[in-house]
Amino acid sequence: MQTIKAILDNREITARPGQTILQAARDNGLHIPALCDHPAITPFGACRVCLVEVEKNPKLLPACTTPLVEGMVIHSRSPKVQEARRAVVELILVRHPLDCFSCPSNGKCELQDIAYELGISESRFREETDVQKGEHRLEDANPFYVRDMDKCILCGRCVRACDELARYHAIDFQQRGVKTMVHPPIGKDLEHSDCVFCGQCVQLCPVGALYEKASVGQGRPWELKKVTTTCSYCGVGCELTISVNERTGRIANITTDYSSKSALNEGRCCVKGRFAWQFVHSDDRLTKPLIRENGSFREASWDEALGLVAYKFAQIKEHNGPDAMGFFSSARCTNEENYLFQRLAREVVGTHNVDHCAHL
Amino acid sequence: MTNDFASIKEADVMLVIGSNTTEAHPVIGSWIKENRQNGKKLIVCDPRKIELAKYADVYLRQRSGSDVALLNGLMHVIIAEGLYDKTFVEERTENFEALKTLVAAYNPERVSEITGIAPEDIVNAARLYAKGPNSAIFYTMGITQHTTGTDNVRSVANLAMLCGHLGRPGTGVNPLRGQNNVQGACDMGCLPNVLPGYAKVADPAVREKAKSLWGVELPLSPGKSLVKMLEAAGEGELKGLFVMGENPMVSDADTNHVRHALEALDFLVVQDIFLTETAQLADVVFPAACWAEKDGTFTNTMRAVQRVRKAVNAPGEARADWEILVSLARKCGADWNFSSASEIFDDLARFVPSYAGMSYTRLEQGAICWPCPNTEHPGTPILHSAKFARPNGKGFFSPCEWKAPHEWPDEEYPFLASTGRLLYHYHTRSMTGRSATEKFVDELHIEINPVDAEQLAIREGELLCVSSRRGEVRGKAKITEKVPPKMVFVPFHFGETPANALTAAAIDPTSETPAFKISAVRVQKG
Repeated sequence: MQTIKAILDNREITARPGQTILQAARDNGLHIPALCDHPAITPFGACRVCLVEVEKNPKLLPACTTPLVEGMVIHSRSPKVQEARRAVVELILVRHPLDCFSCPSNGKCELQDIAYELGISESRFREETDVQKGEHRLEDANPFYVRDMDKCILCGRCVRACDELARYHAIDFQQRGVKTMVHPPIGKDLEHSDCVFCGQCVQLCPVGALYEKASVGQGRPWELKKVTTTCSYCGVGCELTISVNERTGRIANITTDYSSKSALNEGRCCVKGRFAWQFVHSDDRLTKPLIRENGSFREASWDEALGLVAYKFAQIKEHNGPDAMGFFSSARCTNEENYLFQRLAREVVGTHNVDHCAHL
Repeated sequence: MTNDFASIKEADVMLVIGSNTTEAHPVIGSWIKENRQNGKKLIVCDPRKIELAKYADVYLRQRSGSDVALLNGLMHVIIAEGLYDKTFVEERTENFEALKTLVAAYNPERVSEITGIAPEDIVNAARLYAKGPNSAIFYTMGITQHTTGTDNVRSVANLAMLCGHLGRPGTGVNPLRGQNNVQGACDMGCLPNVLPGYAKVADPAVREKAKSLWGVELPLSPGKSLVKMLEAAGEGELKGLFVMGENPMVSDADTNHVRHALEALDFLVVQDIFLTETAQLADVVFPAACWAEKDGTFTNTMRAVQRVRKAVNAPGEARADWEILVSLARKCGADWNFSSASEIFDDLARFVPSYAGMSYTRLEQGAICWPCPNTEHPGTPILHSAKFARPNGKGFFSPCEWKAPHEWPDEEYPFLASTGRLLYHYHTRSMTGRSATEKFVDELHIEINPVDAEQLAIREGELLCVSSRRGEVRGKAKITEKVPPKMVFVPFHFGETPANALTAAAIDPTSETPAFKISAVRVQKG
């Protein structure tokens, strides 16, 4: 395939035709800060954080929407770029509340990261009356995620996630100028819109404008262990990332990985995969073997319960033959468990009376 | 699925029949919509005006239970207009003449009478699908959960073979599996008539393998299916039952009949993560670890084997299902020494030829689609690319006549009820009912057409009582044109108001799949 060569920050980079400067930088392992861009969705050019200097070009260009051209010489850290980038970030910070201490996105906030990278602690342009504090009603009527539009930086990632990944277009930019906001169609709240709560917008939100309800207080990003697994709901088998707080031993949230090479779902998922995990820690989980005695259950040791079942199996087999036993396996359990289950029926008990809910 | 997910985006025409994809398989639904929005064509066949119908180039609203007639009608047009793939039919299939003769009687006018679809829509859909150049079919329970489920599936396969839409990217016969590992449970031989890898229980070669790997001589005749086991329990013939991770009290047809069967058992063991409706009837309950608490593999709808990894510890003394099975087998005197899921996988890979090339080490690099016969094999994302899985490698047309369903609305029970899934819940709700999803949808809503609602003087949210010859359920009316007049849709997730109180224990004679999509019912203000 044809490749394009260019120079970025004094290093030679190669790219496929049609790639933007930012995409090429990422593929070559070089970092250009950006907020509105995300690899899973189309470039948008809204935030201007990724401005770069391209030699022979009088103006700074957004790396996210400028195609890389053969022979380009690009500077992403020149004094001119850094000055412009600082101004852009400081302008975003004019309206953004700085309650990072209690913000659910602290530690994974990309605005915070860029401010840190540029050494910005305060915005020169900020006046307290400009900050969006209580300007928008906190929208938390649904059980899945919260919309805190005071924190929104209008990067439009959520709009594109809904359009391009979920394929719903439940939200879009509403109103104009300083009143611009992301919202379902005018007059509708989220719960009565086309939103199906897949939460892909939540995952792509770079700040704390969208956050998962159940994850609040469950652990900061840096104290979470990530485990890659496969969803246990429908047969699509989405690859999911379970984040576990090792201190509490509990799940903090479930996300997907849009950059995973192994994910058949390409990072997509639905409301069940992302938000329906609280059952794992439900108070009424079974925790001990139970034996029925005089019409009600009593707790038993594993040894006793297993012994009783083995004894009963043997009795039925002896008096009525192995085909008087039946085995219902589970389409919910793993391959390993289903394999052992039918071995138990066929090899240990001696019957082919084994089936599962394949038809349901 | 004969094909993989990548194939969805490569299809020029997508035919979705009996699948509410955006609710039951949301991610696949999003790909179908994406492909449609990129200019590819979509045909949707469903009695309910599901979300995908909105995007369809042709939407066919067939009467429930008329699928075979519809599919035969499509094939009639395709053959009559010479649109079928003559080379494919000639080189790769058998029994075409029988198909041709049978579908000759299914002209669009006759099919229109059976299905209620306008003849020109049948012609349009047929031309669109046949012309492709790459057309893919997607279906689920709307095809299988009928007394003619097997005929429905055969007819789908006939259509795909007739047009040669198999074995290439962008084509295929793609049943979307409803449960995370229903494919794997079948692959692993949790079926009464086949051993792991689908060899018939009487097959001498596989019996020899069982003898050498498991050290036992297996019984020669197949066992009973789930439906037949419940029947046998009710008749006192089956004495003991071991249920692992299933809740037949809610998920199976005719709830009252299931309860009677389970109560008639001498001994019921249930292994689950919650005290489900079924577990409450048990003599012994084993507490199991859930999916986030154990290692293993699931095989998804495209036959891709993927890793499941332990993230958190199981509560209390709960143990992984495989650990419980190993302990129980040992108590029963078997010499099982598995100490990890990985070891069990190696054992099953020795038994199942299509998994033979897989191991946890390989799966670390990503999913592998079966068949994967050896460690060098990359897996098989697309089946039937050169030949079909029959001794002579040819696909066999099995022409099917349309048969009327087991039950049909009459004067006494004038409505048709279908059961199905909702986006926000999963099966018997033992998981989603204890998660955020429950706070969003926490009770049964029954879909009813505005015309019927008006006649019955029922307003949105008022209680409806739906009753069949088996039983009744009550739920709030959801007035919507999604269902046609004289049809109600009853989601089956709600154990307290079980949709399966309505359904008959009628089954497809071959697959023994219950006919959940058709029950004749009465609808009243509840």
